[in-house]
Order: sequence, then C-alpha cells, then structure tokens
Amino acid sequence: MATYSTNEFKGGLKIMLDGDPYSIVENEFVKPGKGQAFNRVRVRNLKSGRVVEKTFKSGDTVEAADVHDTDMQYLYNDGEFWHFMDPASFEQMTADATAVGDAAKWIKEQDVCKVTLWNGQPLSVEPPNFVVLAITETDPGLKGDTSGGGGKPATLETGAVVRVPLFVQTGELVRVDTRTGEYVSRAKE
Amino acid sequence: MTATPRLGAREGATSDLQPEWRPAAFLENLRARAALLSRIRAFFAERGVLEVETPIASRAAATDPAIESLRTRWSAPGGSRYLYLHSSPEFPMKRLLAAGVGPIYQICKVFRDGERGRLHHPEFSLLEWYRPGWGYVQLMDEVADLARRVLERPALPVERLSYQGLFQDRFGVDPWSADALSLRARALELGISGVESLQLERDGWLDLLLTHRLEPGLGRGRLTFVCDYPPSQAALARVRPGAIPVAERFELYVEGVELANGFQELTDAGAQEARFAADLSTRRSRGLPELPTDRAFLAALAAGMPEASGVALGLDRLLMARVGARHIDEVLAFPIERA
Repeated sequence: MATYSTNEFKGGLKIMLDGDPYSIVENEFVKPGKGQAFNRVRVRNLKSGRVVEKTFKSGDTVEAADVHDTDMQYLYNDGEFWHFMDPASFEQMTADATAVGDAAKWIKEQDVCKVTLWNGQPLSVEPPNFVVLAITETDPGLKGDTSGGGGKPATLETGAVVRVPLFVQTGELVRVDTRTGEYVSRAKE
Repeated sequence: MTATPRLGAREGATSDLQPEWRPAAFLENLRARAALLSRIRAFFAERGVLEVETPIASRAAATDPAIESLRTRWSAPGGSRYLYLHSSPEFPMKRLLAAGVGPIYQICKVFRDGERGRLHHPEFSLLEWYRPGWGYVQLMDEVADLARRVLERPALPVERLSYQGLFQDRFGVDPWSADALSLRARALELGISGVESLQLERDGWLDLLLTHRLEPGLGRGRLTFVCDYPPSQAALARVRPGAIPVAERFELYVEGVELANGFQELTDAGAQEARFAADLSTRRSRGLPELPTDRAFLAALAAGMPEASGVALGLDRLLMARVGARHIDEVLAFPIERA
C-alpha cells in the first residue's frame, strides 16, 4: 500500500482519511522553538467536496489515495447511469448521479469531460469549460434589441437554465461557461 | 526592447528540466539583509562581545529528538567518517566559554532536516551569543535592545509572560500538572479541529495548544518574551529547583513569529550527560537514528564552564519582521528549491 510522509505533503496530493479520498488544499508546517512539529493541512473530501482542517505530527505517514484524472468521452445516459468511454482504449465506464453531480446539466453526447477516478471508478465528472447547447425554450424577445442588457431565462437542451440576451431565440445555439453557468455568446454548429 | 529578467521573480516555478535561475528575494530585501548584519556587528562591537566561528560540520550531532541533523561524509586520512552539519553552534561555543574566552557571538548558517514551510527553511541564518556571568533576565533585556536597534523601532514595547501564566489565563490549564488526556480534551473544546486521531504525549499537546492557539497572537505590536518553561521542556536550560521546578528558558515572539530561544545555561556535566541519555532513549523509542553525542562538550563542562546565559536568534525571521515579509522565501536569495 502506497503511503506519503508529511514531508511529501503539498497542494493537490491525494490521501486517504477515515476511508475517504481527500485532496490536500493547503499544507502548513508549524513547529515551536523546541518541540513537536506539526503539519496543519486543509483537505478537500473528494466525495463530498467539503474542506476540513487536519493536523498531523510531522514525520507521520498517511495512506495514498489511488485517485487520478482522465479525459473521457460522454456517450449516453440510460436513465440511471451516465456512460463514458476512454478515447484511447475504448474502455467504457459508468458513473452514477453522485459522481456526475452538476456536470449532468451541461454535458451532451460526445463531449470530452475530465473524469476523476478513485480505485478505477468514477468519483467526479468535470464538464468542458465551454459547451455549445441549443435553446429549447425561451420567451420571444423584443425586436431590435441587441444590447444584451437585462436578459431573460432560457432552457437548454440538457435542461439547464441560463440567462441570455433578449435577442436570442428558441432553436439557436449558445456558448456557455460551465464554471460560472453564464451565457458567453451565440454559436454556430 | 527585450524583457529583462527581474530580480525578485517570486512566482517562477522551478523544476529539474527548467531550473529557475533568478533570485526569490527582491533586491531591497537583500540590501536589508546586509544592513541587518552590519547593525548586529556594530551592536556587539560597541559592547565588547567577540565574534567567533566554530565548525559547521562536526563528529557529533544534536541529540534533541525534535531536531534532525543533515549528514555528510568526510574522506578523512585513514578512512572516511560521517560529519553532521550543526543545527546550532551551541556545543563548540560553550567549549570556548569553558576555555575562558569571555562574551562571544556568532553569525552562521545552520541546518535542520525536514523543516520547510512559511517560517522554516532547512538551511537558515542564526545569531547566537553568550554572556558569561549574566542571568537570563539580563540577557532578555539585551535581546530586546538588539531587536529594537535592528528593527529601528527604539520605542517598541516589551512584555514578559510566564509560560504557566499564559496557559492558565488563556486555557485555564496548568501546564505543570495537566495530563495528556485533559490537554487533549481542552484542545477539542477550543475547537482545534482534525486532532481527534493524534497520538501525542503531554508535551506534544502543550506544543499543539501553543502553535495552534497561542503563537499567532504573541508579540503583536511589541516584543513578547515567554519565559520559565516546564522542566520537561528545559532543552539545555538550567532547572531552578523549588516547590515547582522551572526551566530557566525564554522565547521571543514578534508579530506571531518565534524569533529567539534563550537559556540560563546548564553547566553541570553530570546533568547534561543525563539529558543526552534521556534524549537518546526518546530517540530510540521513536525509531530515530542513533547519533554520536558530543563528548568534547561534556569534557568542557567537566573542566568547568562559567555560569552563563545564551540565546539563539533566527536572522531570516528577524529580517522578515524588518521588511514585513510573510514568507521566508521573500528574504532568501535562493530558497532550497532553487539551490
């Protein structure tokens, strides 16, 4: 079983704590003038996303988490699971709703996502930073309005709702930043 | 115009393939370091304290279980042997005191393995000085004089707190009598999170309370001396006997950062040998490497070292306080990752 010493701690390192995989957000080495040294770390639980603080005795070891990121193509949803494929090996994997999380409202077939695997199973899914999606429903805007000010809600083909300028119409394609959930521009196919 | 690489490229990432050649510290901080060193030398010259140099690499190592020495190998005539890079020049400086050299100071690089962080660097600059015939209270006054001079803040207030008073006032625990279990419970009550699974001895819990809850608030807008430690944390300080024995040791804090550690020096060879033995036994129980103790230092104590007080002060941290740096790398030309 791979382990890390606190000496190896740094941001991004993946470790196991109480049976869950965590990522180190911040590591601080503290030591009184004479005496016990500590590593005070802030760690993110990769299942829940929650950030907690933890203190280790310097020199202690902790189990490494078998966690890594890989690019995978989203294939389809069967009603319960999301199916992904490794574009190099063609190996397929299924992710449940917990792992897919918010990504579900942005991704459509053939999008390449960053899938975080824990012990070879999808732990979380990150959509592409920008996606192009069709508007399935939005109120007709005012003719001649091109300012984009104000805006109106629009439902996209994946079910997500974003604010779009008044001139954008049902059936058009829009580019959305998935990190902020904001409309960027109209798009062509 | 071509872009000129700038001194003080702190953001630069460095790797074996693309090493960062530029310094980490801004030029003004390198100048501030030079000014700090010359002020310190002027301070001691005025007071008739002699500057000395002692070996960086030594046959013996510090036995303190909380300090790991770096080791190198010397191809000596007749065979090679390990030498340890000093973690403080304490032992040879005390040998000089035993030889009757009088008040001395040293400015040198010291080394501690495994220490790296915002306030720690495995190689750092230390100012250490000794005052034969002085008590540690008198030495605290001199440390304050030096700090005010070097920081150019002559009116900086000074306070002196006892370790016991600090723990009683802030946490309602007596660091002399509280056991590990009650200190652990207090740490949890204080909301120090993520320590439930820590396995610590009594002094470890005291260190945890100190580093997590006390240190950040010490020395705010002033020079704060914490003094008189539990005998279990005496290190190389003399223990004053009494109903409640007290280690005559002090630490100086400025803006939440520990700057200096001083002792009423232990001069009794027998007591010193017993502490070495205790350190080595602690090291064995923790599975730490065996180390050669400094027999020449013990011989010097046996021959007679004058009563003295001494202090070691971290110069990089003093410089940080001088220039308002948050990270030690801001005052180092080339931190270890660029060395």
